[in-house]
Amino acid sequence: MSTKLMALWAWFDARMPSVAQEYKKHLSEYYAPKNFNFWYYFGSLAMFVLVIQIISGIWLTMSYKPDAALAFGSVEYIMRDVPGGWIIRYIHSTGASAFFLVVYLHMFRAMLYGSYKTPRELIWIFGVLIYFCLMGEAFFGYLLPWGQMSYWGAQVIVNLFGTVPFIGPDLAVWIRGDYVVSDATLNRFFALHVIALPLALLGLVVVHLLALHDVGSNNPDGVEIKKLKDANGKPLDGIPFHPYYTVKDIVGAVFFLAVFCTILFFAPEMGGYFLEYNNFVPADPLVTPAHIAPVWYFTPYYSILRAVPPLFYSQFPGVLAMGLAVVVLFFLPWLDRSPVKSIRYRGPYYKIALGVFVVTFLVLGYLGTVPTNAWGQFGPWLGEAERATVVARIGTVLYFLFFILMPWYTARDSVKPVPERVTS
Amino acid sequence: MNAVTLRSLSVKKLLVALVAAPLLAFTLLVLSTDARASEAGYRLDPAPIDPNDLVSLQSGVRTFVNYCLNCHSAQFMRYNRLQDIGLTDAEIKDNLLFTADRVGETMKVAMTTAEGKAWFGVPPPDLTVIARARGADWLYTYLRTFYRDPKTPSGWNNAVFPNVAMPHALWALQGERALKIAQVKNEAGHDEIEYQWSVLSKGRQSTVEYDRTVRDLVNFLVYMGEPAAESRKRIGVVVLFVLGILFVFAYLLKREFWKDVH
Repeated sequence: MSTKLMALWAWFDARMPSVAQEYKKHLSEYYAPKNFNFWYYFGSLAMFVLVIQIISGIWLTMSYKPDAALAFGSVEYIMRDVPGGWIIRYIHSTGASAFFLVVYLHMFRAMLYGSYKTPRELIWIFGVLIYFCLMGEAFFGYLLPWGQMSYWGAQVIVNLFGTVPFIGPDLAVWIRGDYVVSDATLNRFFALHVIALPLALLGLVVVHLLALHDVGSNNPDGVEIKKLKDANGKPLDGIPFHPYYTVKDIVGAVFFLAVFCTILFFAPEMGGYFLEYNNFVPADPLVTPAHIAPVWYFTPYYSILRAVPPLFYSQFPGVLAMGLAVVVLFFLPWLDRSPVKSIRYRGPYYKIALGVFVVTFLVLGYLGTVPTNAWGQFGPWLGEAERATVVARIGTVLYFLFFILMPWYTARDSVKPVPERVTS
Repeated sequence: MNAVTLRSLSVKKLLVALVAAPLLAFTLLVLSTDARASEAGYRLDPAPIDPNDLVSLQSGVRTFVNYCLNCHSAQFMRYNRLQDIGLTDAEIKDNLLFTADRVGETMKVAMTTAEGKAWFGVPPPDLTVIARARGADWLYTYLRTFYRDPKTPSGWNNAVFPNVAMPHALWALQGERALKIAQVKNEAGHDEIEYQWSVLSKGRQSTVEYDRTVRDLVNFLVYMGEPAAESRKRIGVVVLFVLGILFVFAYLLKREFWKDVH
């Protein structure tokens, strides 16, 4: 039997040798640093979640109806009448939040170990583009259940484009395909969610990985393992991705699945953060909910949007700030002037800056989930300003200062000598 | 232990703390708060519901089809799904099938949206997933806090949902009550709203009996909001058990392969 299989493989290999070549290049002979730690699970996990989302999404489209009159009911049909439908739906809704969680941790890893620095700038840029696509996916997908939050969330986001000077109103109509969010909007968002953006996402993941495998992976020490090779030309500190990191990532994937399934089976709404309570009320264009909040993964940016005061009765400055908060990520490789990559060999300036940035991001994220009057007001000595808004404004300034001051504090930071080889 | 590992350890601890602290805070926040508070500020009573109490669920569905399913629909819920809560198709057909002919149909009502709007001002909402939107505590408190108010078109008002369009559908059971909302100063000298209830007429049920009726109804509404909820939890236990075993083998496999990496 096995000789017959070998013969079949030889036949195949003679006709399409690129399969074996690519397998070697990307798996069995891709040398990854041997000192990957906890933070290095999230890249493969992000890919795992992408697969989960695509597969569960295919099954959802089999019963979902992209029609304003039927959409809400078809989701309930999936939850009740489709065998196993509820599990598929919860996989997809939990997967959306899991995707952002994993990607945020993956990006934080890059900031810890300087993975965006030379020669990995392109990997970072493709990664930020993936993040953009993901935001689009989340936004378009969130309209599909056609609940109150779906509807009014989409209304708010599309209206953001309406604040652009001169072309704004026309732009908003062009995006919606109507003067309000309607059936036409639902249909196009469905198209973008299930085919356009997933295609872009897959393409970007491919170039992200190709770019990574061309220059090789960074590691917690920020040492280039390709500099020191043995007699066979293999990096001294490198190990083949397969089998070493495949078996290691399986452990990570199983652990991730355990956390994922705990949420999926025991708290799929996650206290209203993964599935918002108001989204169990069908969309009603005539009733605006008292409190419109985006899902948790957008709340840091939502906070920034709300924190910036209007100018000449236009909300555009806030929209601009929100956009810049994401776009600024592209420039990270050039804003960081440190001669070392890893936080292990950086000085106190960067450590403090990154710590403040993380806390700021989390505080902004929390504030985005609550109304701006959640913390009450300051006394008359501060003009009775809302406490939460003031904190969000300080947070917004700190968020941008992290990037704006980066060339200054990374260049002046003290650094420790980087070792020749990775530390175990 | 040399100085290098000591330093990297402390950095590691710092990072773990950085990530763990907000996650912990977030979990506590999720566990401790319910985003679905009462908009009127009336304190919600915790609903003593039990999704495994079939007698309660059956009593709840009886109240539901008799009192709610005239104006409110549950258009995504099929009658024969009630097999979940221990009823046979024959029992469903004989006792509960007022608005449909076959047990395979969903719980629809004859009243149209336009009629509902004309009669009540707003169409009565569909109740299939109302428990997921409002929460059990809200429903449990709401259904027990109707009071007579001559200023509203229906003659009824509600402490949890002020100026609600819905009249008190269960009034014959609970009786009529009046509510005085007074602003008083508490011991610390802060303004506080005090709710003073008084009975205008007795209903067919005592307070304890009525609370139980509402509890059963809310229990049913919660079940109807997600009929798969109980099997979801049962399957979840099995899935986590299997993943636990898989984790052990995955870890052993990893350790075996990594033995020769130094």
